[in-house]
Amino acid sequence: MPAMVERIGRAAAPGLARGVVHRIVERSTLRREAGSPDEERAALQSAIEAATSDLAGLIATADADGADILEFQVAMLEDEALSEPALSAIEAGHDAAAAWSEAMAGTIEAYRGGDAYFAARISDLEDLRDRVLGHLVDDGGEGFAAAGSILVGRDLTPSRFLSIDWSKGGAVALSEGSPSSHVAMLARSRGVPMVVGLGELAASEGGEAIVDGERGRLILDPGAAELATFATAQAGAAERSALESAVLTRPAVTADGERINVLINVAEPEELDTLDVAIADGIGLVRTEFLFHGPSGLPDEETQYRAYRHMLEWAGERPVTIRTVDAGGDKPVAGFTMDGESNPFLGVRGVRLSLLKPEVFRLQLRALARAAIHGNLKVMLPMVTVPDEIEQAAVLLDAAVAELQAERIPYARPPLGIMVEVPAVAIVPELFRKAAFFSIGSNDLTQYTTASARDIAAVAGLGDAGHPAVIALIRNVVAAGKALGIEVSLCGDMGGDPRHLPALVGAGLRSVSVAPPLVGRVKLALAGLSARAPA
Amino acid sequence: MADQETSGSETTGSVLLTHEVGLHARPSVKLTKLAKTFGSAIELGLGADGPWIDAKSIVRVMAAKAPQGTTLHFRASGPDADQAVAALVALVERDFDEAGAHAGNG
Repeated sequence: MPAMVERIGRAAAPGLARGVVHRIVERSTLRREAGSPDEERAALQSAIEAATSDLAGLIATADADGADILEFQVAMLEDEALSEPALSAIEAGHDAAAAWSEAMAGTIEAYRGGDAYFAARISDLEDLRDRVLGHLVDDGGEGFAAAGSILVGRDLTPSRFLSIDWSKGGAVALSEGSPSSHVAMLARSRGVPMVVGLGELAASEGGEAIVDGERGRLILDPGAAELATFATAQAGAAERSALESAVLTRPAVTADGERINVLINVAEPEELDTLDVAIADGIGLVRTEFLFHGPSGLPDEETQYRAYRHMLEWAGERPVTIRTVDAGGDKPVAGFTMDGESNPFLGVRGVRLSLLKPEVFRLQLRALARAAIHGNLKVMLPMVTVPDEIEQAAVLLDAAVAELQAERIPYARPPLGIMVEVPAVAIVPELFRKAAFFSIGSNDLTQYTTASARDIAAVAGLGDAGHPAVIALIRNVVAAGKALGIEVSLCGDMGGDPRHLPALVGAGLRSVSVAPPLVGRVKLALAGLSARAPA
Repeated sequence: MADQETSGSETTGSVLLTHEVGLHARPSVKLTKLAKTFGSAIELGLGADGPWIDAKSIVRVMAAKAPQGTTLHFRASGPDADQAVAALVALVERDFDEAGAHAGNG
């Protein structure tokens, strides 16, 4: 029996599932035997017609969101401008599959970078490409996924997802992908557990797998102990999910009546489209890195402004804390972050990088100040180490605001707070009284306190957020916040883990920001805690 | 904010795009579908002097990546050019009949 493998990625759709692995075949890498140009032209045209009629069939059974996505695909397929470049390549002697793949690659490339709303259509175009290819080539023997299968592969297209029977369970585990993709949105709305960003996966067809869509975990060839844990968890899951949904839209209160704010962490604006604003007391952390990962380079002011505004409008009156770009460390951005640092986690990352690249920081601050008129915005600086960094950022924010005023562009100056994630801040938080708020970044605070890099698996056991030193620092920050009248929240993974909540509440913390699928679980765990009793 | 003008066989019109995420997937589907219901040749430009693209081609319309705040220009020539430009301008003015819909899906 193969050894058990456990992989941790990003949670994309909650839920727990066990099933048989079905490998997703990469259609874009398949080849076709070329015929004459006439034969190839006819083959492409009939593949496009077949793909169009597949989509028409899917539209008939899809819900409203799914149907919108598919109608866009049909409109693209029916447009001759889409196949024109492929038809010219066929004239030049290419086979239909290669001609189509290359023509679509060019079309897809034009959608990359810049505007996130256009870039989000790439998955639809890849879906179209693969659907047509599926009719042009032998699909390599990929059979039908049996109901209840765990689909494992690089990425999954929305139409593939919609063509699968999910009525008997099943789940999706991807080595790439994003929680804000269309397919993740569909998975959440169908209740199909999904995990993305798992890295290279050596899952074998027909093997057994468990997907934990809440923790972002995939287990291949689970051992007896994991199977037993799964059985217990599954038995409890139905009961728990009923209890969670009962508290989901209510304010979180401990057993002894202490109100705790539960906010959500957001990595991409599209995540909000399927969320009910009533589940959260606000957005405690917006990671803005999503804007900086387009291959065409850094985002312009308008793109940023629109993304920030979208999130503020979603939240309405509730506070939204947007973190200025936290690139560097394990999040390199080509042309922006430093290359070749021997120890990137201790290098030029977060606000250090922003202060070094004021031309990039300026656009982000302008976009934030413009967006600030659309809601209750707070701006947060990551990786602050000395008080002077707050002063420097404030000077740049003032300059950005002055520019907007001179240009007669509407703006508001948002309050500027800091992440508390470097021990140098957590030990002497009283030196940082210029900060409008403190938000404890428990992941980095743990890594730096325990000297255990987050990307080195061999020291993962040492990098424990429950270490008494980490708890002591959190207690120190909460106490300083109280003394200085500065509000304190926590936005790391620790806040979403019921095992750590007693210690956090015991340390005096009254605000946590967690991944959206964990809100119900956190509220439920808090309801069972006593805030005043010793933790 | 829209206007329309006819000179010779050609009708032109312009309208401010207010849709919150611009001329993306769902609005483009609606715009090209409507354009195809007319017999006239219809073109769309992001400036008064073009460059002009076929308003019946969703591939070309999406490739224009028109953001919110763009003034869209239409020009049409053919038997129903006046009606075509008026209908397209009205669709954009009505914000593609999707006020209050999600931005992220379309």
